[in-house]
Amino acid sequence: MHIKYESQLREPLVYGEKNFHQVTEDILRPIEVKPSRLWYIGFFIAVTLLLFGVYSLYREVTYGIGQWNLNKTIGWGWDITNFVWWVGIGHAGTLISAVLLLFRQGWRTGVNRAAEAMTIFAVMCAGQFPIFHMGRVWLAFFILPYPNSRGPLWVNFNSPLLWDVFAISTYFTVSLLFWYSGLLPDLATVRDRAFTKLRKKLYGIAAFGWTGSTKHWQRHESLSLVLAGLSTPLVLSVHTIVSFDFATSVIPGWHTTIFPPYFVAGAIFSGFAMVQSLLIVVRKVFGLTDYITIGHIDLMNKVIVLTGSIVGIAYLTELFMGWYSQNKYEGYTFWYSRAYLFSPYGWSYWGMMACNVLSPQIFWSRKMRRNVFVTFFMSIIVNIGMWFERFVIIVTSLYRDYLPSSWSVYYSPSIWEIGFYMGTFGLFFTCFFLFAKYFPVIAVAEIKYVLKRSGESYKPEFEKLEAQPLDKFIHDNTHAH
Amino acid sequence: MAQKKFVVGCFDEEKVLFPAVKQVRAAGYKIKDVYTPFAVHGLDHALGMRETSLHTAGFIYGITGTTTAISAISWIFTKDWPLNIGGKPHFALPAWVPIIFELTVLFAAVGMVMTFCYLCQLAPGVKKHHFHKRATDDLFVMVIECTDKTNTDDLKALLSSNGAIETDVQVAEEGWWFGTYDKEDNLYNEKQLA
Repeated sequence: MHIKYESQLREPLVYGEKNFHQVTEDILRPIEVKPSRLWYIGFFIAVTLLLFGVYSLYREVTYGIGQWNLNKTIGWGWDITNFVWWVGIGHAGTLISAVLLLFRQGWRTGVNRAAEAMTIFAVMCAGQFPIFHMGRVWLAFFILPYPNSRGPLWVNFNSPLLWDVFAISTYFTVSLLFWYSGLLPDLATVRDRAFTKLRKKLYGIAAFGWTGSTKHWQRHESLSLVLAGLSTPLVLSVHTIVSFDFATSVIPGWHTTIFPPYFVAGAIFSGFAMVQSLLIVVRKVFGLTDYITIGHIDLMNKVIVLTGSIVGIAYLTELFMGWYSQNKYEGYTFWYSRAYLFSPYGWSYWGMMACNVLSPQIFWSRKMRRNVFVTFFMSIIVNIGMWFERFVIIVTSLYRDYLPSSWSVYYSPSIWEIGFYMGTFGLFFTCFFLFAKYFPVIAVAEIKYVLKRSGESYKPEFEKLEAQPLDKFIHDNTHAH
Repeated sequence: MAQKKFVVGCFDEEKVLFPAVKQVRAAGYKIKDVYTPFAVHGLDHALGMRETSLHTAGFIYGITGTTTAISAISWIFTKDWPLNIGGKPHFALPAWVPIIFELTVLFAAVGMVMTFCYLCQLAPGVKKHHFHKRATDDLFVMVIECTDKTNTDDLKALLSSNGAIETDVQVAEEGWWFGTYDKEDNLYNEKQLA
C-alpha cells in the first residue's frame, strides 16, 4: 500500500515550481559556488573563539583545575553546566531525524540533515567538559574498561558517571552513523555533478561509490528505519543518564525521581531552539526558503511551546514537592536558594523561569509562531534560559551544603572557565560552517521523495482525486502500481 | 570479471516507470537494476526483489551487545575483581541496565551499518560503473542485462514505446564489481544536458 496522496489542507513542504533537477540545483548551489564574505567572517570569528578555547584549555591542563574558580562546595560549576547544556542541544537533531521518522512526519525532510549535523557537533562540544574536568586529561582513557596492569582495576559499572561514558560515546557513534549513512546518496549527487577533478575525487571517496541501485535503496530504507528505532530510546536514555548524574546523589534539589523526564523535555526544548537559530540563518543566507518554510518554523515552535510547558510543570512540581515533603533541606534549597529572589542566586532561578516558562508562551499565537524575527529572538532566549536551568540546578544545590561552616563564598567563573565555554562555541560553529560549505544542508534525496506529494506545484493535482467517490479513491490509491 | 552488455532506458516519471517495469518483465527480459535518485517505494516489489534481512542482522548484533555487556560486567564484578561498594550485592543487575542498553544499541547500529556497507559494496574510494550521470539527480535508469539472444534494437524500441526518454547500449562489468565510473572524463555540466 503506497498512498501517494496528501490532503490539500496540509501546507506544502516545498514551495515554488520545482522538478527533481531543480531541487538538486537549489540545494547544492551553496556548496558549488564560492562562499560569501559573510561565510568568511563567520568562519573567522568561530576559529578565533576556538583558538581562545584552546588557550584556555592549555592553561587548565598546564596549571590544573585551580585555573577555574571552583571551590570547596561548588565542585561542578560552569563546566558541568555547559556539558549538560550541549548534550541537551544535541537531542533535537535525533528527535527530528529519528522520532519524526518513526511517526512518519514528512516535514522532517527539510530540517533533518542540518539538525543531525548539529547533534554531532554539540555532542563533540559536550564531551570536552567532563574529560577536561578530570584534571589529568592525559589519563582520560582510565574511564574505559580495558584489561590493564593496575590489577586489573576495573571501572565502577554501578556509577552513573560511567553510564554517562557509555551513553555519550554510544550516542555520538550512532548519531554519526545515522547522519553519514543518510548523506551517502546526496554525496553521490554532488560527485556526479562535480565540475573539477579534485571535487570528483574527494566526493567520490566520501560517497562510498553509491549508485542509487534499487536494492541499495531497499537496504538503506531498512537501515534508516532500524537506526531510527534504536536512536529513539537511545536519545531518551542519554539525557536520562545525564540526569542520573544528579538524581542518584543525595544532594537536596538533585535527589528527585522527576529528573529523567524533566531533563529529556528540557533537552528537546533547548535543542529545537538551537535548530531554529541555525536554520533561520541558513535558509536566508543560502536562499533555501522554499525548502525550510515558515511551516517548518511554525511546527518547531509548537514543539518548543510544548516542551517548554513540560519543563514549566516540572519546575512547579519540584517547588510543590519541596514544600510537601516537609524535608528541611529540600525546602531550603527550593524555597530559599532558588525561588527566593533575594537569595544569592535567586536571580538565576527567576531568569530561568522567565526565559523557559513565561516567554515561550508567546508561541500559542499562530502569528508569533510564523514570525521569523520573533522565533529567532525567542530561540536565543530559550537557550539562555536552558543554560540558566543547568546553572541553577548545579550551583544552587551545591553552594550551601549540610555544613554551614563550609558554605561557599559567591561563585563566579574565571576567565579561563568562560574561555573554555567560548571555545566550544568556536568548535561548534567552525564545524557547522564547514558542514554548510561542503555538505548539502538539506537531504536532497528525501526532498525529492516528498516533492510530488507535498510540493506546492503538485498539490492541485489532488483536487481531482478528492472529488472522487470514496470507494474509487481508496481503490485507485491503494493499488497505485 | 566478465564484461557484459546492458541496455539502458531512462525514465523521468515514476508514473511511467512502474508500468514500464511491468511490461519489460512481462516481455521476458531480466532487469538487472533500476537506479533512482531517491528511494522509490514499491519498486523493489515491482522488480521482484525479496525483502532485505538487514533488520534481522541488526537484531542479532543487538543481542550480541546485550550478552557482551551482561557477561563482561558480571564476570568483572563477581569473579575477577569483586568490589565492595557500600556492602551492596556484587551482582547488581538493575544498576547495569543503562550500560547493557547502551551496548545493545551500539552493537546493533555499528554492526548494521557495516553489514549494509559490505552487502552494498560501499566503502571509501570504491568506484562503480555508472549507467547514467543523472541517476543521482532526476532520472530513473533501468538497466537490462543482455543475453546472446537479446535483440538490442527491439529492446530499445520496447523501452521507448513504454516512455523511456533516452535509451542506450553499454558494456560494463557485471555482478558486484569494483569498476570505474570515471573512465572517460566526461564531467557533468548543464550544456551536455541541453
